Amino acid sequence: MQFDLATQSLREINAALHHSDREEGEEFVIAHPKGTHSVAVGLSDAINVTIDGHVGYYCAGMNKNASIHIAGNAGPGLAENMMSGRVVVDGNASQYAGASGHGGLLVIKGNTSSRCGISMKGINIVVGGSIGHFGAFMAQSGRLVVCGDCGGNLGDSIYEAHIFVRGEIDSLGSDCIEKEMTPDHKRELQNLLQNAGIHYSAAEFRRYGSERTLYNFNIDNADAI
Amino acid sequence: MPSELKRQNFDPRPLRPSSTFPDHVLAEIHRAADQGVYEIRGFGAKRSIPTFDDLLFLGASMSRYPLEGYRERCDTNVVIGDRFAKRPLDLKIPITIAGMSFGALGANAKESIGLAATQMGTSTTTGDGGMTDEERLSSKTLIYQVLPSRYGLNPDDVRRADALEVVVGQGAKPGGGGMLLGQKITERVAGMRDLPVGIDQRSACRHPDWTGPDDLEIKVQELREITDWKIPILIKIGATRVQFDVALAIKAGADAIVLDGMQGGTAATQDVFIEHVGIPTLPAVRQAVDALVELDMHRKVQLIVSGGIRSGADVAKALALGADAVSIGSAAMVALGCNRPVYLEDYEKLGTLPGCCHHCHTGRCPVGITTQDPELEARLRPEQGSRWLRNYLSTMVLELQTLARACGKSHVQNLEPEDMVALTVEAAAMAKVPLAGTSWIPGA
Repeated sequence: MQFDLATQSLREINAALHHSDREEGEEFVIAHPKGTHSVAVGLSDAINVTIDGHVGYYCAGMNKNASIHIAGNAGPGLAENMMSGRVVVDGNASQYAGASGHGGLLVIKGNTSSRCGISMKGINIVVGGSIGHFGAFMAQSGRLVVCGDCGGNLGDSIYEAHIFVRGEIDSLGSDCIEKEMTPDHKRELQNLLQNAGIHYSAAEFRRYGSERTLYNFNIDNADAI
Repeated sequence: MPSELKRQNFDPRPLRPSSTFPDHVLAEIHRAADQGVYEIRGFGAKRSIPTFDDLLFLGASMSRYPLEGYRERCDTNVVIGDRFAKRPLDLKIPITIAGMSFGALGANAKESIGLAATQMGTSTTTGDGGMTDEERLSSKTLIYQVLPSRYGLNPDDVRRADALEVVVGQGAKPGGGGMLLGQKITERVAGMRDLPVGIDQRSACRHPDWTGPDDLEIKVQELREITDWKIPILIKIGATRVQFDVALAIKAGADAIVLDGMQGGTAATQDVFIEHVGIPTLPAVRQAVDALVELDMHRKVQLIVSGGIRSGADVAKALALGADAVSIGSAAMVALGCNRPVYLEDYEKLGTLPGCCHHCHTGRCPVGITTQDPELEARLRPEQGSRWLRNYLSTMVLELQTLARACGKSHVQNLEPEDMVALTVEAAAMAKVPLAGTSWIPGA
């Protein structure tokens, strides 16, 4: 089914995509997005949506089950709070990509800006290029893979998420440290890269995670001396 | 001074306590010297600040015609969120239950609140940590909070909510995030929040995917698209720069605004935040109404006020100042038994007494409200808790109607500022009503 944002309203298109009669694997194409915000948000069926151009804020927000392909660039909040499914961006993405995502796979083939994977809760994010500062800030679980370089404060206040980086890192954030890359981690990463359609060897990456020093308040108990 | 010392002719001057260093200040310095970390506690501000107690109703007189106290009709219903939503909330009373998280509260407390709110025809609200099935099943009208942490947030619960509330701030800690200490992070709580068991969980103080009012406007549009424009979207702010924040919330597309004054409670926050950040509810209401009127949005974007609401009189005064409804959190917990003088040995174990307890953060709540411990939680049975809260809400409504009828109003929303005077110069200036016995409104 073909939609066209040049002639149809966003409301009309999102309502059609939310319709409960959708069949698994059904194909949809949205033409002329021209940076529109909130395109294909809140999808819950296992359908395939191709967006033919650039999108604005929050494209694929709260996605569940659907497979969404953006043949262009994406604005801030791409696939925020995504639960499952697959979102692929051919170009670059702006701030907060994959923010608080609970699951599924987000692939950004180009670069992405600051706070990629902020508060992530189980999503897997693979970035073909580089990311800005504060990537994986307060990341709880899931995996962030960066094939290029990372800006400052990577993984600040991170919990149990795994970060894999192939390039250079400006600085690590509070409580984020480099960790051993075991054979299990290499297998886990290689599978993820393969799923994302990105052809690097896991051996080229280093792994980062939480030192777990911020998990509990440090209470001195000086009275006990 | 103890009489025994007087009899012994002690010189009283060396025994004079310091006003700068009273007992609680000395104790806090001693505690800080021991622990090296700020005090974290529950409940709300304990300092004395201007409140609704500083206002009085004038009642009917020669120029005003009262309604019969028990017989004449005085309606209490309110519609929340009809600016854009297809299905606004139609509440029977203008008293809602504020957002309190599962995690901070136990499941029995959440269920008690849901049952009571449903019986009274009003709404209850989730909190940090997401929506539980018990809460959804017990609450006919449930508002689902979208918080900075996004713990437990998912599109299925978004769709089974009756409204969404984007939480920008909270009265107890505007500018600060939430806390839930490790002793309350059980397996169920940890699972809902995607966190390890037993860690001191610190919720984010700002949202992960928007950074200002322009972004928020787009975020609200996204939430409307996800919910097919069916349910209201509320924006909650902690009372600080109220006029600006209310104006920006209107611009962002809120159907209704929840305004939480500094008396608002919390389950765990730094004491320095609770006592020293934000402004009291009394001036905040006035500023919010001014902003709504200025933008011609008063009664179009509803204002729900919270923070220190305890009685029907407080509700009446908030409505008279221009609010559409109020929200209660701490008072609802007190109705459930918070600080009730029972299980005294458990208060003692916490180093406190009924009436002073603020140990929600420990998870050792003597009356089974703010705990995840099954033994303590069993002390609050939902059937009893819901009855206590229902009775308390019924009492508040009767008080509210009594005052409205006395002022000659057939609907509680017809109460207005000119029905009131202030007892203090400060309250007169903050509420913009005359000082009692004068026509003087400071600053007017």
